[in-house]
Amino acid sequence: MTGVLALVVAIVGGTVHPVEGEVIEDGTVVITDGKITAVGAGIAPPAGAVVVDAAGKVVTPGLFDAQTALGLVEVWGARETVDTDLGGDDRINAAYRAVDAFNAESTLIPIQRAHGITTVGVAPGGGLISGQVAVMSLWGDAPVAAPAAMMVRLGNREGESRGRGLLKLREVLDDAWVYARSKAAYERRALRTLSASRLDLEALGPVVRGELPLVVAVDRRSEIAAVLRLAAEEKIRVVIRGGAEAWLLADALAAAKVAVIVDPLQNAPLDFDRLHTRADAARILAEAGVRVALSTFDSHGVRTLRQRAGNAVRAGMKHADALYAVTRAPALLYGLADRGALVAGAAGDVVVWSGDPFEPLSRAERVFVGGVETPPDHRQRVLLERYRTLPPRAAEKADTTREVGR
Amino acid sequence: MSRWVLLALLVWGCSGSQVKKDPEPDPVPLDPPVAVRPDALTIDPTAAPPVLIKDAMLWTAVVDTPRIERGWLRLRDGRIEAMGEGDAPPAAEGERVVDAKGRVVTPGLIDSHSHLGVYAWPSTWAHADGNEMTNPITAGVRAEEAFWPQDPGIQRAVAGGVTTILALPGSGNLIGGRGVVLKLHPAREARAMRFPGAKDALKMACGENPKRVYGEGRKSMPMSRMGSAFLMREKWIAARRYRQKWANWKQHPTEEKNGRTLDKTPPDRDLVLETLAAVLDDEVMVHVHCYRADEMLLQLELAEEFGYSVRSFHHAVEAYKIRDVLADRGVAVSTWADWWGFKLEAFDGIEQNLALVAEAGAPAVVHSDSAVGIQRLNQEAAKGLSAGLAAGLAVDRDAALRWITINPAWALGVDDQTGSLEVGKMADVVVWDRDPLSVYASADLVFVDGHLRHDRAAPGAPWSDFEAGLDAGLDRDLDREEATR
Repeated sequence: MTGVLALVVAIVGGTVHPVEGEVIEDGTVVITDGKITAVGAGIAPPAGAVVVDAAGKVVTPGLFDAQTALGLVEVWGARETVDTDLGGDDRINAAYRAVDAFNAESTLIPIQRAHGITTVGVAPGGGLISGQVAVMSLWGDAPVAAPAAMMVRLGNREGESRGRGLLKLREVLDDAWVYARSKAAYERRALRTLSASRLDLEALGPVVRGELPLVVAVDRRSEIAAVLRLAAEEKIRVVIRGGAEAWLLADALAAAKVAVIVDPLQNAPLDFDRLHTRADAARILAEAGVRVALSTFDSHGVRTLRQRAGNAVRAGMKHADALYAVTRAPALLYGLADRGALVAGAAGDVVVWSGDPFEPLSRAERVFVGGVETPPDHRQRVLLERYRTLPPRAAEKADTTREVGR
Repeated sequence: MSRWVLLALLVWGCSGSQVKKDPEPDPVPLDPPVAVRPDALTIDPTAAPPVLIKDAMLWTAVVDTPRIERGWLRLRDGRIEAMGEGDAPPAAEGERVVDAKGRVVTPGLIDSHSHLGVYAWPSTWAHADGNEMTNPITAGVRAEEAFWPQDPGIQRAVAGGVTTILALPGSGNLIGGRGVVLKLHPAREARAMRFPGAKDALKMACGENPKRVYGEGRKSMPMSRMGSAFLMREKWIAARRYRQKWANWKQHPTEEKNGRTLDKTPPDRDLVLETLAAVLDDEVMVHVHCYRADEMLLQLELAEEFGYSVRSFHHAVEAYKIRDVLADRGVAVSTWADWWGFKLEAFDGIEQNLALVAEAGAPAVVHSDSAVGIQRLNQEAAKGLSAGLAAGLAVDRDAALRWITINPAWALGVDDQTGSLEVGKMADVVVWDRDPLSVYASADLVFVDGHLRHDRAAPGAPWSDFEAGLDAGLDRDLDREEATR
C-alpha cells in the first residue's frame, strides 16, 4: 500500500479551519515537501502543484487523539497481541517505551485514519508508572515524539489506598533526583538503595527536570488536587488524563497551566472515583482557560473521536474549542508546536471532509499525512468488497442429512 | 421509622412465633408465575395529562408514510389518540400544547440489548448482577429479579430518547436466563416497569465468552465451541422431554386404580427446563449473542432441530456475511454501528454491517449493550447510515430511523404496541430539537406512555436515589485553596 506523495499539494476552494486563526472561506492550503507552506484566501496554487478541489468541502488539520492504545493491540481478547503493559510485578515501569512495542502494520491504523485521525498519543498501561508515551503519525513508522510524556496511573486499587500511589510516586521522583545528581556515586555503589531500577530512574530524569510531562490518569477531585500539589512541590509538568471531576478544579488547573484530557461521552457517576462526572466538563474547563484535549482513550474506536467532539459541542462547548481540542491542544500538551494547525511550517496533516467533521453523516474524503495522500484502503473495506455480492447458495438442502439422522 | 412500620414489625414478630407451623404448605404452582403481581406498583397510563403536539415534522418509522412534513399528534390516556397533517385541531381543555415548529417528532427509541439495572452505575462488585456464572446454563434466572430501578443510567437513557428496553442477562453463560422488556419510568421496582403483555426473552450466548469463563477460567465445560453446542443440544433434549412430561400429565392428570380415580402426582417443576419449554411453546423469545457467521448458522440449525426460532442475533458483527439467510428466516440483527476487534470473533466487524443487513431485507437494529451508547442510539444509527451511503448501499434516512424504533420493537415482539407514530399505539414519543441524525440533536421532550419523563428545559431532580444529595456538600470555590494546601 503506498500513498501518493506529491512535492507540492494545493487544496483549494474549501472552508478552511486553520484552528489557529479565523475560518477561511474559499481558502487554499499549500503543502510543500510534507509541510504546510501557505494558508489563506486568494492564494494561487504554485506552478506544478497537484491541485485538490475542495469546493463545498471542509478542510481541517488531521485529528489528533492524545491517549490511545493504537499499535499496542490488535485484538484485546487475543492476549499475544496486547503490548500495552510491560508486565511483571514491578509497578515502576518508567523505562518502558511504547514506541518499541508500537506496530505500524496494525490493521487498526488505516481504519482510524479513514475517519480523519492522523496522529495519536500511544500510551502504555498498567503499573503505577506505566512507561513512556509515544506520539505517532498514522502514516509511516517514524515516531513524531518518543518519549512524548511519562504515563502514571493513580486511583484506588481494590483495598489499597490511593494514597499509596502518590506516596510511591513521590519516593520515586525524589530518587530520580538523587540519581540524576549523583550518577557517579550510584555507579560506585556509594548511594543508599534507591526505590527504582537504574533504567527507570534514568527515564525519569527528563520528568524531574521539568522537560517531559507526566500524564496522570486520575479522576477524583481530591486526588487531582493532590497531583497538583505534587507537581508544585517537585516542580514537574503534569497533564491530567480522564479527569472526570477536573471541572471542579477548573480555576486551579488553569492557574497551574495544567492541561486535561477528557472523554466527553462520560456524563454519569460511572464509579466511585467519578461520582461528579458531567457531560459539559470540557466546556467548563475550556471556558476557565484550561487547555482541554478530547480523547477516546480507545484503540479500535479511535475513529469515534469526531463523534465525541460533536458531543462536547452538544453539551455546550464551542465548535471551535472542540476542534481545537482534537487537533491543536493535544499537539501542544506534548510540546509539538508544529502540529495540529494549518499554519505555515506545520506538518502537512490535512483532511478534506464532505461537511462538518463532527457530523456522522460527513465523511473524511481525503486524508493527507505529512503531505502524502493516504490510501483509503483498509481491511474492513476489503471485507466489504468481498461480501458486497454474496456467494450463490446451493439449492434447498436435500433431505439426505435428515435421512442419516433418522 | 414510622409507627406503621414499627407496628408491622411487631405484628410480624409476634405472629412469626405463634404461627410456627403452616398446616399445609401451598403446593408449588404448576404453571409459571404470572408476570405482573396484582399489587405491583404499575404505571397508570391514563394518569398522563393529554398533550397536543403541533407544527412538527412527524418522522413516523412507518414504511409507507415515513414522514409528515408538518403535522400534529394528540396523546391521551397513554396512547396516540389522533394524528394528522397540516393545522392541528383546537386544543381541548386541560391539554398541554407543544409548539414543535422546526422540531422533529419520532417514536420513542428502543434498545434491544441493555444491561441497565443489572450492571448499574456506579460500577462496582455490588452492582454486578447480570451474569449468574455458576453454571453455563441458568435459563431459569430472571434479569427482572436483579434489575435495580435506581440505576442512574435509566434517566440518562430516557434523556437520549429511549422509552423501551430489553434488559438482558450477560453473556458469560450459554443460556444466561430471562430478559425482560421494560418501559423506562421512574419506579420502585422493575415489575412496575414491565411492558404490559410483552413476552420474556431468553438470552443465549455462543463463542468466546462462555468458553473463556468456564473452559479457560475453570477448566470445566464448555472449554470449546464443541462443548458449547453439546451442552445446548443436551439441554434442549431435556427441555423437550420435560415439556412432554407436563403435556402428558395435563392430558391425564388422574389415573384409575382399583376402580378409583386417583390424582397423579404432577412432574417436578424445573425452572431451567420450564423456561426452555416456554421457548418451545413460543411464549419466550430467543435472543442469541453471537458474533461469527458460522456460529449464527449453527444456532439456526439448533433452533430448527428443536423447533424454536431465533428472534434476534445480538452483536452479530458478521451478519453481513449471511444476510441472505437472515433475511429469508426473518431474524433480526441487533448490532452496533462500529464496534469491532475487541475479541477475535469481532475482528471482521465492518461499519456497513447494518446497512448491508437492511439492504438484504432482514430487520436491522442498532443496540447499545452500553449505558453510554444507549444515550445516543440516534447517532449510532446515523453512523451506520453514513457508512452505508458512502459505500453506495440502498439505505436511506427512513431506514436508519427504523433501526432504532420499529425494528427493535419487532425484535422484542411489541411492534403492535410501540415503535412507530401510529394512532392507537402507546404514546412513546420524542420531540427532538433538530434532525436526530445530527450529532448535535437533543431530545427536548420524551413521553413514555404519555407521561412526560424528560423535559430538557426543566430537568428536575434525579430519579435515582443514589444521586440524591451527591453534590449537596460540593463546594465549587474550594479549588484554589485546596490545590495549594
